[in-house]
Parts: sequence; structure tokens; C-alpha cells
Amino acid sequence: MLSADNAFRWLMTLAALAVLAAVGLIIAELVERSSLAWHQFGIRFFFGSDWDPVSGNFGAWPFIYGTLVSSFVALLIAVPLALAVAVFVTEMCPKPLRKPISYATELLAAIPSVIYGLWAIFVLVPLLRVHVNPLLIKSLGWTGLFRGPDYGYSMFSAAVVIAIMIVPIISSISREVLSVVPQHQREAALALGATRWEMIRVAVLRNARAGIVGAVILGLGRALGETMAVTMVIGNTPQITKSLLAPGYSMAAVIANEFNEATGDLYRSALIEIGLALFIVTILVNILAGLMVWTVTRGTPARTNV
Amino acid sequence: LNAAGATFPNPIYQKWFSDFHKERPDIEINYQSIGSGGGIAQLKAGTVDFGASDMPLNDQMVKTIPVSFVQLPTVLGSVVPAYNLPQVKTELKFTPEILAGIYLGEIAKWNDKAISKANPGVSLPDTEIVVVHRSDGSGTTFVFTDYLSKISSEWKSRVGSSTSVKWPLGLGGKGNEGVAGMVRQTPGALGYVELIYALQNNIPYGPVQNAAGSFVKASLESTTAAAASAKMGATDFRVSITNAPGKDAYPISTFTYLLVPTDWKDKNKQKAVAEFLNWMLDKGQGMVTQLNYAALPESLVQKMRPVIATIH
Repeated sequence: MLSADNAFRWLMTLAALAVLAAVGLIIAELVERSSLAWHQFGIRFFFGSDWDPVSGNFGAWPFIYGTLVSSFVALLIAVPLALAVAVFVTEMCPKPLRKPISYATELLAAIPSVIYGLWAIFVLVPLLRVHVNPLLIKSLGWTGLFRGPDYGYSMFSAAVVIAIMIVPIISSISREVLSVVPQHQREAALALGATRWEMIRVAVLRNARAGIVGAVILGLGRALGETMAVTMVIGNTPQITKSLLAPGYSMAAVIANEFNEATGDLYRSALIEIGLALFIVTILVNILAGLMVWTVTRGTPARTNV
Repeated sequence: LNAAGATFPNPIYQKWFSDFHKERPDIEINYQSIGSGGGIAQLKAGTVDFGASDMPLNDQMVKTIPVSFVQLPTVLGSVVPAYNLPQVKTELKFTPEILAGIYLGEIAKWNDKAISKANPGVSLPDTEIVVVHRSDGSGTTFVFTDYLSKISSEWKSRVGSSTSVKWPLGLGGKGNEGVAGMVRQTPGALGYVELIYALQNNIPYGPVQNAAGSFVKASLESTTAAAASAKMGATDFRVSITNAPGKDAYPISTFTYLLVPTDWKDKNKQKAVAEFLNWMLDKGQGMVTQLNYAALPESLVQKMRPVIATIH
């Protein structure tokens, strides 16, 4: 006789295994359907930088590079901004403003990415090209990271759009994490003579850092996979340049762009292998982020709510 | 009946299939515009009754498909050069040398000799040309690169023609709207968009010099003229009509195709398909201009009838 308890346990196990099976099937399918490109190019596929559908020569490196760089720059912009929003809302926001601000940031997360993309084409890109980029070229041109010619459609524009899209994710999760830091930690810090900033730094941010890293990882996941908004502003040119103002390309964008009309077998296979590369990169980044959480939290055991 | 394929002719196909269904309520054709590549793959896998492609399939690709089929042109489209030069009030004319030179990166500035020679009396600015192309694979890119391959041997050997190519330079925009948006937002930009899109959105574009030497502005009539002047086999309609010889022919034009199997086990389906194809040549062609597609020339329609009769 199967008791209700047992049945429930089996049901839950099955549900959990279904997720694993889905991941396994995705990997199997990606590997199987990209085998043609794999046999043709081998490991060179991931590090080659030529992408020529006419002559049937495929290399994924410019796309991998574009995905990593645009996501990384996006994080650099989004994390301080998102943390500032979270700290402001939990620590210093006047009560009546608290709800509207958190509501507004969450609303940003609900906007479809194609809307962000169109908005970027018509508003953000001209704004960056006319007002922001000339300043960056003037002040930071010596680093080589901001160099003309400046068309507006660039890795940098893509990073800014992604940043705007991931701020709500990072800030709303960080806000939740900050709000569960025990009140007596704050009071203790203040009682020891800490200023408000020291209290936030020592008592709040330090306690919440594992959760904040988790929020950043979720944001990064969205950044790596973002397709539509990125392809609309990144310039879609598979090249590797130091300047962030030059056009680039990303893995998700090339798949979305070229898969529909890819007619040759090798071509389709190469695009599927890009999907595999995106999968691998995402896994590697997640492992790396997991290690980061581990090093951050090591030595300071999670403080329980006493 | 199920069909799938090219996105470019999707609006007219949807109209055809729904109007045909109204006349013949017993025949329903379901078309999914998943892209030419998808249409070919589905035909190969046998999951659709017929496919659709913007690019005709060459003999090598035909061999990979297990069923025998005919490639039938349905409507025509053309591609126009759109630019953004606020200083220039007159319409810019383009020669084959200008278009190839710009897309190869050999002509970098708007006041280049080649451009001023084709546009005497126009004061051209000393600004850089921002080259824009499609980033998504598309029939539009195929016809444009097919044209460039015909008029420039260097383009043919260096880049070639396909639905996606390795561009020597330039920015990629997603879809007609992406290219048009980039051109509009970037002073000094030049891009290529479908004629339909340019007409519907009032995007300024210039005439292009054709093989006969005259400058022709793209229109539905000049596109049909290109198809009429192209040499066509009696049963094989896979012909590129870019740079067609006619005096009124617009040089960057193309057919889009239906890929229809010739041997049908299900005779009801076979009858339905043949009936639809004949209807498409009679009534269907009369509707295409409403949706800004160019109609097939009459000479071609006459040649297609016997081919449709071979579907059995």
C-alpha cells in the first residue's frame, strides 16, 4: 500500500528528476545536432574568429567574447546602482516613498526586452552618441577602451541596455536580503558609535553579502542570455576590438539572427554549436560565481537570527 | 494542407490562403512563416506538404531533399538603397560601382569621385559613410549580395552571395526595421531595405543604374519589368533576375518561391494544391499590388501552367 506520504515523496522526486532530465536532454540534443560542425572544426570552433556562411567557415570566439564583455560591463554599471537602490529603500527611505520606489523598480523588470531594444534604438543610442560617448572619448580615451569612430551601435550601448534590464532583478532581491538582516545588528553597530554609513557597511552589507552575490548571479544569468535588446543595439559585427564603442556581437544574438534562414546543414550545425557554447559558458560562469560565494562566506558562518 | 517557410512573402500568402479558403471552404492551407531555412528543413523532414524559400535551391541542395519537387515563383520583391544625408536635398543616384565600392569599403566618404560623377551638380558632404546591413539571415540580403556578386568580380570572390555573408565592414541591423532605424538615426548612413518596407514607411531611397545604363527607381512596375526581361528556362524558373537586361528593369529584384512536391500519394491533397496554384496565377496575382508586392509577368504565368499540370 502506498501511503499518501510516500506518494507525495515519489511525486516530488519525479518533479526534481524532470528538471535534471530536461537539462540532460538539452545537452544531448545540442551535442548531437552540432556534431557536424564539431567534426569539421573540432575545438578550433570555439577559438576561431572567422564567421563566413558563404565559404562554410565558422568560429565562435567573437560571439563568446561579445557575450562575456557586454555582460561584464553591464554588471559593472548595474551592481552599484542596484545596491544603491536596495540600501536606500531599506535603510534611509522615508516610509511613504518605500512602496512606490520598490514597485517602480519591479515594474521595470516586467517590460519586454524588445521594447527596451526599440527604446534603445530611438532614444538611448542617439543620447549616448551625442552626449555621453564624446565625454567618455575625451576623458577615458587614453585607456583605449573608448575610441572612435562612434556610431552609437556598440558593445557599450548593449551593456547599458542590459544594465538597465538587470537593475530591477538585482535590486529587488538585494532589498529582500537586506530587509532580513536582524534589527539588533543595526542597533548594536549604532550603539558602538558607528555612523550611519559605517552601520550600513559593517552591520547590513557585510551580513547580507552572500545574498547579494546571489542576486548578482541571477542578474548575470539574465545578462548572458539577453538576446533581443542586445542584437538591436550591439551593431552585430563579429569582431574583437578593445574599444567598447566599436560594434560587436553576442552568442544569443547570432542564433536569433541567423537560424531562421540558415539553409546549409553545416551552417545550422554551427549555429547549434554556438548554443552549446552559450550553455557551457553559462555553466562555467555559474560555477565561478558559486566559488565566489563560497570564498565570501567562508570563515564567517552565516549568522542566524537569534 | 500544411506549409512553412519564407517570411518575406508571408503577408500575401496569408491573404491568398484565407481568400482561397473562403472560395473553397473544403481546402484549408496553414502557412507558418518560420524562415526559408526552416521551410527547407521541414520539407526535407516531410513534416509539411510544401515549403517556401526566398532563395532558389541549387542542384546540390535539391539532392539532399528526398522528394522530387518543383520550384515555383509566386511574387517579386526588390531591395532599395536608403540613406540619411540631411544636407542633400536632391535624390541621390547610385551606380553599381558606387554600391559595390561602398560595401567593399573602397568608397569611404560621401564626396567620393564615383558618387559625385553619378550625381553632377549635387554638393556632397565630406563625411564618412556609415554602412548598414541586415544582421539576420534574409532573402533581402540574398538578393542584395547576389546583385553585388554580379556587378563586381571582387565582391564575388571575396564575399559571395547568401542569406548571411561575411561583411567586409559595417553595422548590422535586425530586420528591415532595424536597418531603417539605424539609417534614420545615423547621419551619413547607407543601408538596404525591402521596397515594401520603404514604401510603407516613407523611407527615401535612390534610383539605381541598371544593366542597360539607365537609372531606374524601384517600383512595383520596374520590378515586374526586371522579371519580364530575364531569360527563363521553359520549366526551370530558378533564375536570378538581378541586373536584368531590360531598359525599365530595376536591377536589385528577386522572386520568392514555393517548393511543391510533384508526386503525391494523397490524391485529394494533390488536387487541392494544383487548384490553389492555378488560382494563385489567376486571381491571386491580381491581389499582390494591394500589399505592395510586384506581380509575376504574364509571359512567366503562361510558362508556369504546364509545370503545375505535372503535379500528380
